[in-house]
Amino acid sequence: MRIELVKRPQQSVLFSVLSPFIALALTLIAGALLFLLLGKDPVNTLYVFFIEPLRETWSLHELAVKAAPLILIAIGLSVCFLSNNWNIGAEGQFIIGAMAGSILPVMFPDFQSWIVLPLMLLMGIAGGAAYAAVPAVLKVRFNTNEILTSLMLVYVAQLFLDWMVRGPWRNPEGFNFPETRSFHEYAILPEIWSASGRAHWGFIFGLVAALALWFMMTKTLRGFEIKVLGQSPRAGRFAGFSQGRIVFFAFLLSGALAGLAGLSEVSGAIGQLRPVISPGYGFTAIIVAFLGRLNPLGVVAAGLVLALTYLGGEAAQISVGLSDKVVRVFQGMILFFVLAGDTFIHYRIRFVSAPAAAAGEASRANV
Amino acid sequence: MFEAILITIATAATPLLLASMGELVVERSGVLNLGVEGMMIMGAVTGFGVAAMTGSAWLGVFAAAIVGTLFSLLFGFLTLTLVTNQVATGLSLTLLGLGLSSMIGESFVGRAGVRLGALDIPYLTEIPYIGRLIFGQDPLCYISLLLTAGVSWFLFRTRAGLTLRSVGDNHSSAHALGIPVIRIRYLAVMFGGACAGLAGAYLSLVYVPQWVENMTAGRGWIALALVVFASWRPWRVLAGAYLFGAVTIGQLHAQALGYGIPPQLLSSLPYLATIIVLVLISRNRRLTMMNTPASLGRPFVPDR
Repeated sequence: MRIELVKRPQQSVLFSVLSPFIALALTLIAGALLFLLLGKDPVNTLYVFFIEPLRETWSLHELAVKAAPLILIAIGLSVCFLSNNWNIGAEGQFIIGAMAGSILPVMFPDFQSWIVLPLMLLMGIAGGAAYAAVPAVLKVRFNTNEILTSLMLVYVAQLFLDWMVRGPWRNPEGFNFPETRSFHEYAILPEIWSASGRAHWGFIFGLVAALALWFMMTKTLRGFEIKVLGQSPRAGRFAGFSQGRIVFFAFLLSGALAGLAGLSEVSGAIGQLRPVISPGYGFTAIIVAFLGRLNPLGVVAAGLVLALTYLGGEAAQISVGLSDKVVRVFQGMILFFVLAGDTFIHYRIRFVSAPAAAAGEASRANV
Repeated sequence: MFEAILITIATAATPLLLASMGELVVERSGVLNLGVEGMMIMGAVTGFGVAAMTGSAWLGVFAAAIVGTLFSLLFGFLTLTLVTNQVATGLSLTLLGLGLSSMIGESFVGRAGVRLGALDIPYLTEIPYIGRLIFGQDPLCYISLLLTAGVSWFLFRTRAGLTLRSVGDNHSSAHALGIPVIRIRYLAVMFGGACAGLAGAYLSLVYVPQWVENMTAGRGWIALALVVFASWRPWRVLAGAYLFGAVTIGQLHAQALGYGIPPQLLSSLPYLATIIVLVLISRNRRLTMMNTPASLGRPFVPDR
């Protein structure tokens, strides 16, 4: 038996709406099998993983805390991916943004004023954008593959953070723990509704950015330019769009948003710098971007789903004794199923049994 | 001392060489598999696990190659049969591999591993200075050198190699000539997976005989960069891998000696070197254009 693809005359609207849901359903089925394999009751574990975290107010707040960086990074990445620029170094831009924004509270702890937080946000954005500018410059100027350079810079950023936190930026009153001093009150990103939980303004930033970029992509010339250059660089050039400018735009935008995400995370959720400040948000955001079908509004929903896997992983570890490593397997599976599902948007699948195929060839030969 | 450094350079270079040699064949067939890191880490965890359970390092090596191949088939099915985006699919292979390996390997952490011993030929290995260097490496190191010669011969001296390159350069013409494009790409992808699996096993059975989460530490990506650096030529991959082996070992020695340079900054040297090397090689657009397989990364759906 053979699988044949038949190109659809038009993209299937049905499948482009359904494919993320099909992917999630398949992930749940595969997840249930995985739990069974690990000797856990699949139904109960799925319940703990995906329903329990949604039942209490405080954990809804936690969901927003986890979703904030994912959404912020992923909307930037989806614009980037749409323009056919493969920035996969968001994790590094996240770290550098967080570090740039932390300069004020860590190095100048006595500078305490309401202006500190806005400055930190700007510095975080600038830091992330500057770090993303490196692969963009190398791509435009030297034709260097941006996938490899942006990824290499992740490792460099991680090592740089590790050094700063253990070395120059270590808290002088911190008993030699590898962490910076805790941010003072003016450097903390406020909680949205502190009476009920921890969710901070990073989540709001994510929603605002999603709306803004949705507007840009659907209603402005810039959005059109990005899509045209992404799908057909040649057609874009004929239209007078500059490839190089879009490379910079896409990288700076996604870097800036990743930097904002990093700063929001350290200032809103952690309150200081540590050797590791992200459980791989920059990479998980790639999955978020694809699950959201590279649409800023879709990304918000997808960000909540992926945030749920983090929470579910924690819950399942506590109540079912499941390894927290399962989370990353889950996330990887989602991306696989999403990508496979996208095939159905453009193609119809036909299963051809071997004899029939041979008969088909024979009849064609007769013609 | 100098001799010891040279030996360790080979140890650092071999996993890179194995993985990039596989990827070179894959890319020559026109497929870009960014999942090298994922296949490699799966090879590492499999190699370690099987060797620890059976006590045989060779069984571990063998199993790692098989798991690498199976994992690459996942990529093959998506990109070749379902024509998904190769970049995104490769990324997802890496993410899945990193996750799956850390889950599988959770119970291996801290366990003693099995080491794949170095070769010891009576008399020859004892030759002063060069004996250990030439005759005392581990078997996989020699296999990687043979592999380089083999791939070079296959690609440029055999008909099958020419066919593979034609598929990578122009899949439509190859298809029109009746060459089974998809089947050849499947085979190339599987070869790449087996090589990446071997490279992973090398890390967990020779380089450091233990299992550490994320122990590939970006080597799969460096292997990808090496293929570009080598402009898709096997012998240049060999040179590149040993160059990177030298950088890795050099920075390790510099860390040991101190010099007051923070170890984290030294550790970032191989990654920075990768970027610099990529810039140097790709700034010559004509050279890159000439050597890059023309169909690299392009999806292919046969028209029937």
